[in-house]
Amino acid sequence: MSALLSLRGVERSFGGLRAVDGASFEVEAGTVHGLIGPNGAGKTTLINLVSGLLAPTGGSIHLSGRAIGGLAPPRIAALGVARTFQNIRLFPELTARDNVLVGQHLRRHPSLLARLLLLRSARDEAQAARERAAALLARVGLPGRVDEQARHLSYGEQRRVEIARALASQPSLLLLDEPTAGMNPVEVQGVAALIRQVAAEGHSVLLVEHNVRLVMDVCDRITVLNFGKVIAEGTPAAVAADPAVITAYLGSER
Amino acid sequence: MLEQLSDLYLTYQSTLGYIGINALLALSVYVSLSCGQLALGSAGFAALGAYAGALATMKADLPFPLALLLSALLPALVAVPLGLPVLRLKGVFLAIATIGFGEVVRLGLVNWEYVNGAQGIVAIPQKASIWMISLAVAVTLYVLSRVRGSKWGFALEAIREDEPAARTMGIPSTRYKLAMLVLGAALAGLAGGLEAHFTFMVAPNGFGFSRVVDMLVFAVVGGAQLFWGPVVGAGFLTVLPEVLREVAPLVGIEPGPLRMLVNGLVLLLVILYLPAGLVSLPRRLRERRAAP
Repeated sequence: MSALLSLRGVERSFGGLRAVDGASFEVEAGTVHGLIGPNGAGKTTLINLVSGLLAPTGGSIHLSGRAIGGLAPPRIAALGVARTFQNIRLFPELTARDNVLVGQHLRRHPSLLARLLLLRSARDEAQAARERAAALLARVGLPGRVDEQARHLSYGEQRRVEIARALASQPSLLLLDEPTAGMNPVEVQGVAALIRQVAAEGHSVLLVEHNVRLVMDVCDRITVLNFGKVIAEGTPAAVAADPAVITAYLGSER
Repeated sequence: MLEQLSDLYLTYQSTLGYIGINALLALSVYVSLSCGQLALGSAGFAALGAYAGALATMKADLPFPLALLLSALLPALVAVPLGLPVLRLKGVFLAIATIGFGEVVRLGLVNWEYVNGAQGIVAIPQKASIWMISLAVAVTLYVLSRVRGSKWGFALEAIREDEPAARTMGIPSTRYKLAMLVLGAALAGLAGGLEAHFTFMVAPNGFGFSRVVDMLVFAVVGGAQLFWGPVVGAGFLTVLPEVLREVAPLVGIEPGPLRMLVNGLVLLLVILYLPAGLVSLPRRLRERRAAP
């Protein structure tokens, strides 16, 4: 298997603080890769570096062999990266469906002229996009909420709309930043199944998550960050047994 | 009956023209607002369009349609090098920078001898007619109505609501913001060109800061969330002074002060009670009636 995403010695400092301090790891194509660590370990910063919202201050990030560190977010998105946000960032005034339609931006190629001239091709393209959006919302378990404004949805529903919006661009790499925060156990089960399904379709997933059970259940490999450094990596079972990980989470007995 | 209607039309045809011109100007501010940018260079763009148009017909003897094309094109071209640096600014800083641009244009024209400085250009041939102005407004509204709900319309809304999030979805927000600034400049320039050939004269002080505030107020009072809101606002606030002129003697206040009083009051009431503008009034009334 070849690495879809590869980080080498990635650094990001904020003033004197090194939020990410020389992190190196790889995400294989078609796998679910967990990224865990205590609060403040640098997980969200790392997601921001991969999606382009932050530029690294050192090291390199490659996607399918192409350097993407420091590129603008739209460029990185066009190369096949989509994400969700830890603090939900839906477009609150738009409906669930319209949020997903925004997510389809890279996959739609309508003609402005056809739209201005009211041509049938433009109408068909728009209709197909609307149906794809509704299908995606049904897939994340929200078939009845298509025309609801995003701000009227419950917390768990909003998280699922975000996942649908990210999937709408058919990304090769999906970055999920705490997708189950604030969800009830049933909803978490649904998201776990969805993640497995998405990976089975060939998308890779980089999953930041605090729900240890979920991470152990769905991930093929796990990377553990602490103070911006990788302290362990491996299969879920290996990571769970790693003394460095136990120390980072629970403290040492001394 | 028909005769009375035609009398009414003759009396108020200039008002109709002003409604259309003001609608275009309000739309020029609106298109940037539609992607969340408070860009207030429209008075400057309108001035460029008005002068370009007037010089084209008077000095270069160009046919009127070509002069209008120039009125729209020149500010659009100027908007590109202006937008690239200033669109990095956000919120009120963008507003101040673009107001600064408008003042530069105005002061440049005041000091330009060739166009009579502060006195401006007079005796411009009256070539703009009501139907041309109406056509310009209608075409603009049609294009905006087709953008709404399209891929580009959603991209603009996404940028307005959360630009960084929109960018992670592959939306090149800088390009969209620049495109809207250029479109706004073209609309303002077209309005300027039409105005110059509708009122016979242009002067730099007609395109000062207070003019762009007027445009913003049209857009906000009408409603800056929907493309036809600015047109409603321009219509309402252009007709209002005409009504007040009739009313003023009855209440014993001079028309001038009464107009400012009522304008201010309308703006205040709309912002407090109808933040989505006059166009949201029917919906609000329906909600009110539906609520117990």
